[in-house]
Amino acid sequence: MSTTVHTTVAPREISTRPRPSDRLFRAILNVMSYSSLLILTLIGTFLIFRGFETFRDQGFKFITGFEWTSNVVDGVEKGTFGIGAMIIGTLLIAFTAIAIGVPISAMTALYLNFYAPAKAKALLTTILDLMAAFPSILFGLWGYFVLAPMAEYWAKLLYKYFRWIPIFDAPQPAFARSPFIAALVLTVMIIPIVTSVSREVFSQAPLDRIQAAYALGATKWAMIRTVVIPFGASGVVGGAMLGLGRAMGETVAIYMVLNIAFINNLHILYGVGGNVASMIVQKWGESGLVESKALLAAGFVLFMLTLIVNSIANLIVRYAVKSGK
Amino acid sequence: MATNATVVSAMKPTMPWQPTRGDRARSVIRLLISALLTYGIVALTPLKGKLAYFFVFIALSTFITAVDKFRAGGKKAAQDSFVSALALTAGVIVFLPVASILFTTVSRGVKGFHKTLLTDTMAKASITDPISMGGILHAIVGTIMIVLLASIISVPLSIMTALYLTEIKGRASGFIQFLVQAMSGIPSIVAGIFIYAAILVNTALRGSAIIGALALAILMIPTVTRTSQEVLRLIPNDLREAGLALGATQWKTVATIVLPAARSGLVTAFILGVARIAGETAPLLFTIGAADTLNLNPINGANSALPYYTWRTLTGGTPESMQRAWTAILVLLIVVLALFITARSISRRRIS
Amino acid sequence: MSAHEDLNSQNDNNGEDMTIANAQPSHAAPKSLSEVSANRLKDRTPGNAPLGTGLEARNIHAWFSKHLAVQDISLDFAAGTVTALIGPSGCGKSTFIRTLNRMHEFIPGAAMAGEVLLNGKDIYERGTDVTKIRLQIGMVFQKPNPFPSMTIGENVLSGLKLAQLKVTNKDDLMEECLERAGLWNEVKDRLGAHAGGLSGGQQQRLCIARSLAVNPKVLLMDEPCSALDPGSTLRIEETIGELAKSMTIIIVTHNMQQAARVSDYTAFFLSDGGPGKLIEVGPTNEIFSTPRDQRTENYVSGRFG
Repeated sequence: MSTTVHTTVAPREISTRPRPSDRLFRAILNVMSYSSLLILTLIGTFLIFRGFETFRDQGFKFITGFEWTSNVVDGVEKGTFGIGAMIIGTLLIAFTAIAIGVPISAMTALYLNFYAPAKAKALLTTILDLMAAFPSILFGLWGYFVLAPMAEYWAKLLYKYFRWIPIFDAPQPAFARSPFIAALVLTVMIIPIVTSVSREVFSQAPLDRIQAAYALGATKWAMIRTVVIPFGASGVVGGAMLGLGRAMGETVAIYMVLNIAFINNLHILYGVGGNVASMIVQKWGESGLVESKALLAAGFVLFMLTLIVNSIANLIVRYAVKSGK
Repeated sequence: MATNATVVSAMKPTMPWQPTRGDRARSVIRLLISALLTYGIVALTPLKGKLAYFFVFIALSTFITAVDKFRAGGKKAAQDSFVSALALTAGVIVFLPVASILFTTVSRGVKGFHKTLLTDTMAKASITDPISMGGILHAIVGTIMIVLLASIISVPLSIMTALYLTEIKGRASGFIQFLVQAMSGIPSIVAGIFIYAAILVNTALRGSAIIGALALAILMIPTVTRTSQEVLRLIPNDLREAGLALGATQWKTVATIVLPAARSGLVTAFILGVARIAGETAPLLFTIGAADTLNLNPINGANSALPYYTWRTLTGGTPESMQRAWTAILVLLIVVLALFITARSISRRRIS
Repeated sequence: MSAHEDLNSQNDNNGEDMTIANAQPSHAAPKSLSEVSANRLKDRTPGNAPLGTGLEARNIHAWFSKHLAVQDISLDFAAGTVTALIGPSGCGKSTFIRTLNRMHEFIPGAAMAGEVLLNGKDIYERGTDVTKIRLQIGMVFQKPNPFPSMTIGENVLSGLKLAQLKVTNKDDLMEECLERAGLWNEVKDRLGAHAGGLSGGQQQRLCIARSLAVNPKVLLMDEPCSALDPGSTLRIEETIGELAKSMTIIIVTHNMQQAARVSDYTAFFLSDGGPGKLIEVGPTNEIFSTPRDQRTENYVSGRFG
């Protein structure tokens, strides 16, 4: 039997002084690891620096305005630049894609984790990885030639039967190159990322609670509803936000299927839409010096928007994964 | 021994929880009924096309199965079957566009294959010329140069960042991790216009392979960093401790033990990074100029790349230029898939 | 971990000078396991119900892929008795108990052979609704696993929600279950609090209460005290004694003292490197005092395991 003797010994500090080679090694890695901070800062700085005149001249109208005109009067380039319609269009398309894509992704993640037989699981995982590796211009090409004709027909049906729902209404029955079609292309593009994040979080649902639910006579769905969904919901939200960030920044694929116009349009079926990234590409070729600065300013707005959405998404995912451990 | 063996084989393993032949027959009958009803519904309503058949069939078979299960096991069995049908449907829906994309690309792209496709450039041919003229050599060479340059810039940075996050685990780790994730969300067009705004505005420099590579490097860094990090995390700690216990410095341990052990994983990270950027179009629109001819000089003069060439041919608007686009995208897809399969087989070999 | 180590670690965990016997002052410190069991028999004269009602396992085999883990086990669990399954690690006792309420089939590649009869009806019969089987044969696991997103009260009633059962008076049922699990007095004032705030032992009793709410006939316990401190273990053992008045209990344990304290019958499992087999089964005090098989004798006397 041991007798406990309480002594007042202060814990001794253990310190090792790294050898010079190690100090150099650590110093290099330390500096290099900040390259991402440097790059992010440089992006923000250069875009705001080049776009500064636009922000100064256009003021708050640059964000809220719906007009984009540029003309040369007496050899001086003048313009009114407002990307309000583009921002609204970007959000409309991205949120529509999320609304369609997230339920499909979450269900696919459930299927992969809890329903799929081993072979189907391997096949579907490969397909999702493939999808993530497809170049975005390929999605654009496919969207334009294959999906758009089909989607136009679906849009007609939706308009015919559901136009009493405001979002499915349209000023005229013109459905080609609509935000709806762009959103469908984006849906396909964000499914891999949303599915893989959801799957990751679902797969961490604690086995002992899953067993407890089954032992209480739960069906698979009852188990998922009681254990997996309360556990994984925040992960799906985080995945959806990451998908939203992707959707807002997509350029080429959207450009190919969307009719870009500086008109405020919230009717997803109507063939007029806005998108910040695609607009930059569209206007770039013929832009003069002043207009190109406005485009760089638009790029800055897009950069900040996606940065904020992605940061929130990453915090949510990090929290979701951590709470599972 | 012999008696033991007979005892073991006396009873065969069974899985009484799996569906019986009767269950299977029942589900086949349900599917047949759904198929018949689907045919009738599509014939009698304005719905049309293959996808109409598909969705009506899915909805009907889900409903009929749920009703059947309800009769056998009540509400909870019906709900369970309904959700499992939804989950399966989601999996199939994910499968459809990929199949369609692969089918379309291959079937349309192969029509443009011709003798000089991989050996000629567009120097003497216009994109609206008949498809048998010209080729994509300049785009392939451009893509290779740009991707290699981007890798040379980004891979060392990425691996060092990953080493910082896994080996040093310094005070700033959480923050750096956050920044790397924030970087992975940068829209590709922003990388393009940033390089344009930083380098090409107000300078004598013009678009070239190296400028394009700078833009792509920004997009490559987060992918390579995060994959390398995963790989380095898998290296068991006893390996590191063994090195340190032998009196090696941390630097020596990393260089002679950790990195060699992670080699194939780091190659996978590099390949995934390449696959990430090889298909990028938007950044190149602002950064590589526009070349129709072979340019072997990476730091001077306009260049081309497969996705960029695809973009350019699309603007032609004639059947010939569209054909060129499909063919170029097929070649690009083959390149990306080859990279992808290589990465997977390397990482699989590592696991087994 | 061997049972022998288990006995030691019980003492270690308890502190320098506290043993199980001290923790249970109503009993004189017993010398041997069979005496412990005899004491228990005095406390709770088991019913004279003959073996052969309740749950019957017939020629149970269990495989993981090609690997045979449990071979040819037949055991009868009489209604209203407590049966302890003992044996060293890897002897198949946990695998066996999981075949009794069809939890074995969740492991990919799992297979089985044999029958488990509940009221004379095979629970593995084709067309059986497995969720109904699990309602009648409840299970408590090694690690307490309450649902953290639910309150204490919701946890107790979660089985009803999961199986979509209706009950007229939820509050009465909740109180009754918590009472039977020996937790009512400790939580009656905070039924709306989250279950995560309870101690490990309280969580495990909450899990027992949760199993009771769907009114099972049989309760399986897979090392229910292995993650708990000795004080909590004692409370759970008291709970088991109470519950055995109204249901059949089968408990897997590493701890031979526990088997001796709580069970009427004990079954000894052993694997000689191959599949786990049943070596011997009998009334608990006989297993611990006069085992028929030499291997049982060696195990219960702490010579291996």
